[in-house]
Amino acid sequence: MLAQTAGIGYAKEQFAPTVAAAARLRLHPSRTGAWARPDREGGTGVVRLENVALRYGRGPEVLQDVNLELEAGAFHFLTGASGAGKSTLLRVLYLAERPTRGRVWMFGQDAAGVARADLPALRRQIGVVFQDFRLLDHLSALDNVALPLRVAGIDEAVIKEHVVDLLRWVGLEDYLDVRPSRLSGGQQQRVAIARAIINRPSLLLADEPTGNVDDLIGLRLLYLFEELNRLGTTIVIATHNAALIERFGYSTILLRDGRVTMRPGTARKL
Amino acid sequence: MAGTSTLPLDQDGSARFLPWLIGLMVFLAALATGAGFAIDMTLIRWDDGLRGTLTVQLPQPAIGGPLSAASVDQALLLLRSTAGVTSAAALDASAEAALLQPWLGDSVEAGQLPLPVLIDVQRAEGVPLDVADLTRRLAAIVPGTTVETHGAWLEQLFRVARLIEIGAALVVTLIGTVAVLTVIFTTRTGLMIHAPIVDLLHVMGAGDTYIARQFQWQAFRLGLRGGIIGLVPAFVAFGALEFAAAQGGSGAADLAPELSLPLLAWLVIGLLPLAMGLVGLVTARVTVLRTLARMP
Repeated sequence: MLAQTAGIGYAKEQFAPTVAAAARLRLHPSRTGAWARPDREGGTGVVRLENVALRYGRGPEVLQDVNLELEAGAFHFLTGASGAGKSTLLRVLYLAERPTRGRVWMFGQDAAGVARADLPALRRQIGVVFQDFRLLDHLSALDNVALPLRVAGIDEAVIKEHVVDLLRWVGLEDYLDVRPSRLSGGQQQRVAIARAIINRPSLLLADEPTGNVDDLIGLRLLYLFEELNRLGTTIVIATHNAALIERFGYSTILLRDGRVTMRPGTARKL
Repeated sequence: MAGTSTLPLDQDGSARFLPWLIGLMVFLAALATGAGFAIDMTLIRWDDGLRGTLTVQLPQPAIGGPLSAASVDQALLLLRSTAGVTSAAALDASAEAALLQPWLGDSVEAGQLPLPVLIDVQRAEGVPLDVADLTRRLAAIVPGTTVETHGAWLEQLFRVARLIEIGAALVVTLIGTVAVLTVIFTTRTGLMIHAPIVDLLHVMGAGDTYIARQFQWQAFRLGLRGGIIGLVPAFVAFGALEFAAAQGGSGAADLAPELSLPLLAWLVIGLLPLAMGLVGLVTARVTVLRTLARMP
């Protein structure tokens, strides 16, 4: 079986029925409303950045006058040269950084105006896949994936059921109690993705998700993101991989010297 | 996995050294608390023993032989007929010799010394007694007679004992302060060590209170564990002191602090580990919440 040979369980040929499977999967909707909500000033998108700039300390601006709007259900690549500010922009998007100036609207709310106590609820609508996965090695795969639900205070019985379902969905049902350091790179990546989507986020951000894996696994990963996108999740994938961008043909957010340019999508070359 | 172990705090160095540090603090706090209670008990015992008593000293005349029995009887008669006196009894020579034995030893024969005759007087509670007038009337029978009310030296003794009690309370307060500072330091260190995980938890939507809970229960566990570590030698020390006091003989034991602690003292000392745990819990929680509030 290909999945077993490759050590992964979501090859495209096996993945065709996963939209239906994912729809059946009882992922936990974010407590503050699963998908993008209509808003007033912040537009109808999931994310809206208005003239956002960010600098660290007294250094130069890493982001300059970034204007960006991500619609619900959109799929974008984020690309640019090293040091262009991709990771910083992602940090702004997952609310780990507050911009030096400009405004960030998340799900219709002005992030700057959100009380600290309300930030967690906003963040729970965002799933993040880190380039280095950031799995906690003192926890099992199951516990890593369960973390977003635990921090949201979900009942343990519900957590276990959902997490086991999701790990089965990504082909890791035999690795529930295994620690990340004993998993292969591809398996770790699937755990990281499962953790990012267990909360059924409205927005999924992935930082160089194909950077540490070979082309085949990278390709399969993109298929997985497409499936999630079809379920309604807005996806932003930061990548250097021009071939991948060209192959999938989604619109691209191009960062150059801290400034953003939008490039429309092209025809798919699958 | 319970929701309280997301951070690997058990693997920190502080998880190893903090219980021993807290154990030492609890040991010292237990000794100081025990000393405070012991002093208090002793004060109560002295107060109970001496309040409402007088000691009359009838001196031996300088010339003309020992004090006559008639003079002693006359003094006793006067005392027993005085309003406010319930009883008066002269100490016999052997009782006086027993009082002096700890100071003079066995080599000196007390009977050979010109010791004054001591009369132990019990006062009626609530009835005023003019001590100066009584002294004057007794001196008319036996010149040079003095009446000791014990008030002055008892007052001094009480003052010294209170100072020791305050000292013990200060030691406990100081230990508590050091414990708080230690928990603040280790909590901040823990936050720095685990900053990447704390950052990750925030990204995943963890509130500050969720992260604070991790630290506060770890501090509680370490405080409790350290408290128990310190309590065991403290109990052993109390037992050893009590045993040593029991072996010390009766002479000094009357003035020595009370070493059989009351139930309240055992209860307070027994609760020290829990108190240390709670101090750790509250301190860690406040420290984490205040530190995280400064983060984006």
